[in-house]
Amino acid sequence: MSIASELSGTKPDSLSFLHGVKDCIPTLLGYVCIGFAAGIVGASSGVSTMEIAFMSALVYAGASQFIMCSMLAAASPPSVIILTTFIVNARHLLLSASLAPYFSKYSLWKNIGIGALLTDESFGVASDKLAKGGQVSDRWMNGLNITAYLAWIASCVAGGVLGNWISRPEAFGLDFALPAMFLALLISQLQSVQTSKLKHRLLLVLCMAVLMYLLSWWVPSHISVIVATMITATIGVLTDK
Amino acid sequence: MSINPNVLYIIIGAMIVTAIPRIIPFVVLQRLALPKPVLQWLSYIPICIFTALVMENLLVRTESSVTLNGQVLMAVFPTLVTALWSKNLLATVVVGIVSMAVVRLLW
Repeated sequence: MSIASELSGTKPDSLSFLHGVKDCIPTLLGYVCIGFAAGIVGASSGVSTMEIAFMSALVYAGASQFIMCSMLAAASPPSVIILTTFIVNARHLLLSASLAPYFSKYSLWKNIGIGALLTDESFGVASDKLAKGGQVSDRWMNGLNITAYLAWIASCVAGGVLGNWISRPEAFGLDFALPAMFLALLISQLQSVQTSKLKHRLLLVLCMAVLMYLLSWWVPSHISVIVATMITATIGVLTDK
Repeated sequence: MSINPNVLYIIIGAMIVTAIPRIIPFVVLQRLALPKPVLQWLSYIPICIFTALVMENLLVRTESSVTLNGQVLMAVFPTLVTALWSKNLLATVVVGIVSMAVVRLLW
């Protein structure tokens, strides 16, 4: 896909590959900070720079990579590491299901390509655009996903290389980049809701917060995320007028 | 600069289990048209997931209880205010990182 043909195309500019790249830019700082931190944590866990590069390119999941590094350092059994990685990322089933209907008109391979590179953040940018009444396209989504993917690999490797000099990435607040981004995406979602429906959505946020708290007593947080989301979305459907 | 074969197998296994939940819905829903209530259910996912991911960072599970992380709570306030006022993703992330660094420096 050449950028020149994208620019000369007749499709609206907001759906082009290049526009996807542009829409990724505000999230790049988040990827870079967390990728950098993941690389540093990897290096301090004894994971080599080459292994960090493979991990970021193939697994491509922030939280999972942190957990994988600490479990590798603790010499956990491979089956346990892989199972934990699955549980941590199972929420992507919900993200993909939420976004997939907007891409059903594209080919199977395009859908597989879009799904393979979906992250919390690229999902956030896409659902933000949709919530504000915008449209999404395969090329826009690829622009968004591929930019994020390359930035992630580069920052993980850079973190791995510099890991020998910086031992505590938390001291710089880098690990807070993701929660801050999720908070911004949540607020953005709420700000794009019609005023008449805002109260309903705020009650769902409250319901989520309470459920997350209660479930945390019994199950690991990654399970809480999935269970609380499924319960609250169901409550949302049942209570929406 | 080397790759331990054992680590490589783990990475490949992890790649498969992270790809499956990302790709399956895109493959299944490409052919299947969902009924309206299901689409409505899915439309609530963004708000739910983002709330969950913020809460995940706020909660600390100890041996006997679940409490709020004081440092995160302190950093959340300026971040929340920035998100509401600026409506800017990048500004919110910058304020979040700086707030957290300051909180950790002082406490």
